[in-house]
Amino acid sequence: GSVGAAFADPVDDKLVIDGKEMITRTKAPEGHPFDEVYSGWLFREAETRATEADSFANPGMLTVERGEEIWNTIDGTAGKSCASCHGDASVSMKDIGANYPKWDATAKKPINVELQIDKCRTEKMGAEAYKFDAEEQKSLTTYIKHQSLGTPVAIDLGAGEMQSWWEKGKTLYYTRTGQLNLSCANCHENSMGKFIRADHLSQGQVNGFPTYRFNTGGMVSLHNRFRGCIRDTRAEMPKAFSDELMALEVYVTWRGLGLSVETPAVRQ
Amino acid sequence: MKLVAACLAAATALAPFPMAVAAEIAPADVKYDGATITTSLTGTPGNPEEGAKVLANRSLGNCLACHVVTPLAKEQFHGDVAPSLDGVADRWSAEQLRGIVVNAKHSLNPDSVMPGFYTLEVGINVRKDLVGKTILTAQQVEDVVAYLVTLKDAK
Ligand code: HEC
Ligand code: HEC
Ligand code: HEC
Repeated sequence: GSVGAAFADPVDDKLVIDGKEMITRTKAPEGHPFDEVYSGWLFREAETRATEADSFANPGMLTVERGEEIWNTIDGTAGKSCASCHGDASVSMKDIGANYPKWDATAKKPINVELQIDKCRTEKMGAEAYKFDAEEQKSLTTYIKHQSLGTPVAIDLGAGEMQSWWEKGKTLYYTRTGQLNLSCANCHENSMGKFIRADHLSQGQVNGFPTYRFNTGGMVSLHNRFRGCIRDTRAEMPKAFSDELMALEVYVTWRGLGLSVETPAVRQ
Repeated sequence: MKLVAACLAAATALAPFPMAVAAEIAPADVKYDGATITTSLTGTPGNPEEGAKVLANRSLGNCLACHVVTPLAKEQFHGDVAPSLDGVADRWSAEQLRGIVVNAKHSLNPDSVMPGFYTLEVGINVRKDLVGKTILTAQQVEDVVAYLVTLKDAK
């Protein structure tokens, strides 16, 4: 219609960053509701896509640089920086971020990159855990994930009790929340490719996080995005890193297996 | 409950328009006849101009988030999650439209993505300040229905 959407499908375009081609569509894993999984990049407007494709134009790259600074900065009572133990992140952290969430045998829970950073800070550095969405937390996470740019997302559901967290995440994904009575699946599965107001609905993939958003002019962490989507159903928001959101992260990460890590992706 | 009812009765006795208040049907008392709701929720006829505002307003109906409505083209960004509402009055009667707006999961499809605008059958963990509240008031539903019945003869 004249006032409706101009297009609906993911675009037919290739994403190349720093000469490396990203996997933005790939065959879905066994048991997935879609045949093919798509990066959120394919649903954004041409200008947004071009900004992500150009590392010099991508404002998220400033956050990567900031992350490198923190990586090399001593903090805490042990007098160490991340680099004191891990050295050059382009070597020690290469492809590491693509494999989170991981099972943490001590905590008996899955952890994400943010929580692994807190582990090292509290257990190895004598520093405090970061507050949720602290600038340093987002910067270091962005820096670590960026060391996996182009690497396909892969998680080990065989470790510990990952499978039962996957199940729990799946249940949550299909549970309707809030006064508007909507589930993640209502928007990102049933309405994928459609417009909700001005927003072109993607599959809600996590491979670009933390992402740079023009809207807010800053980086958005994954749990912030989850919380925002839940808030939009007019529901109470679960806490960041709560069992609910960790279970969702495990399940939603699985829904995008094989897509390249694109951190820092660019969104409107 | 009894206490609330007694207070309400006292309040309505003093109110300037006791009939209008008394006639309003609470969300839990809405009676469906199949997929339709035959009686007005308020007894006060709907105002189509107010209804159009409710359709467009993001904090009220926000119907345009999901539906295209060509006569409201001056409003930006109509979504296409759902079918266009153009000509919807050729497909449904006012009583059926009331049923759809009150609770599409009752009237259209139990798995509908469309929120129920005058029902307490909602999702889990509803935001605390909205518990027990409907998205629209009874009169807003009547206004929306009054607007929808003007959507005839889709081109
Ligand atoms: C005193 C040594 C030490 C310091 C300082 C340290 N780490 Fe670690 N880090 C380790 C060890 C040992 C492991 C592996 C065992 C574990 O997970 O506890 C590890 C594991 C990790 C991993 C997981 C790697 C994988 O294979 O999944 C990441 C990510 C990480 N550290 C990031 C950081 C960051 C970011 C900082 C600074 C904020 C930091 N570390 C500071 C010792 C350290
Ligand atoms: C009312 C609709 C709606 C619901 C319900 C919803 N989302 Fe979203 N979500 C959006 C919109 C709109 C966007 C922004 C456009 C896009 O990327 O799809 C978005 C974006 C996302 C993104 C970022 C994708 C990217 O590539 O940047 C993720 C991840 C996501 N949602 C996950 C979820 C999860 C998990 C749930 C359930 C807990 C959920 N969403 C529920 C509407 C919704
Ligand atoms: C989040 C999405 C969403 C919102 C918001 C929404 N609807 Fe719907 N609506 C739907 C869907 C999807 C359908 C298609 C039937 C189905 O799947 O339940 C529908 C169907 C309808 C129909 C029947 C259309 C036909 O031709 O059969 C009417 C009438 C309607 N909606 C009116 C409204 C009104 C009025 C509002 C706002 C007060 C509204 N809708 C808000 C999603 C939505």
